[in-house]
Amino acid sequence: MSIEWIHALIGGLIIGAAVSVMLLMNGRVTGISGIINGAISPQKGDTAWRLLFIAGLLLGGLALRSLNPEILGSSPHSNPMITLVAGLLVGFGTIMGSGCTSGHGVCGISRFSPRSLAATITFMGAGVLSVYLLRSAGVLP
Amino acid sequence: MKQGLVALVVGFMFAVGLGVSGMTQPEKVIGFLNVSGAWDPSLIFVMLGAIAFHAVTYKVIRKRKSPLLAMNWQVPSKREVTPALILGSVLFGIGWGLGGYCPGPAVTSMASFDFQPWLFVGSMLIGMVMFKQLDRKLKLQK
Repeated sequence: MSIEWIHALIGGLIIGAAVSVMLLMNGRVTGISGIINGAISPQKGDTAWRLLFIAGLLLGGLALRSLNPEILGSSPHSNPMITLVAGLLVGFGTIMGSGCTSGHGVCGISRFSPRSLAATITFMGAGVLSVYLLRSAGVLP
Repeated sequence: MKQGLVALVVGFMFAVGLGVSGMTQPEKVIGFLNVSGAWDPSLIFVMLGAIAFHAVTYKVIRKRKSPLLAMNWQVPSKREVTPALILGSVLFGIGWGLGGYCPGPAVTSMASFDFQPWLFVGSMLIGMVMFKQLDRKLKLQK
């Protein structure tokens, strides 16, 4: 096994531990698109924890950056139009589909939710197809 | 307040997990999705590790009557696979392949202060609002 697989596994275990703490303490699922969505449509008493979660992500990002700036990479293309369209699709799609990689892919599959399994297979398949088409079109190397 | 502190710590841990695993490198994520080309399958271990860990802890934790700091569990219980779930996931997947970012790594990567993750997160927020505006009329998520 190469070192990258081991890093991926260790990172995955840390993520598994993080979502377990959220469930044990707060009784909630760590679905990041849902947490962000709730933070931008504020309801009384339900906003502070969401903003603090986002602050935690950013602080974690700063810690990673101080360890090694290359951990926070960028896309193989630098076209801002692609990034813009990608962001719109991810925002629109995750709310329409009630979740993303964390909520469906990690938390949902861990509790054997048929919805989350269907969503994860779908967005992974769509991601593979998307990269294939973008490479065929010469957008991605 | 205590729940807020937990959320802060969980956010921090989550970001570290993403960084260690390679999920904050869009190039690597696109390599993972590039099944028909120079496929880099290593990121499958992020999901396998997280799911293996949490599938066990989920069972144990849910044996409790309630969480430690809240009155009730707030875990989604809906089970039906709906057209909105599938279509939304298709759109998300296309965007994920296009940008190499899903929401967590995108927010974490804002700490690089590069323009790209900020642009991505800004347009992601607009995309979220666009769907909610549209859904007021269509009621897809009912």
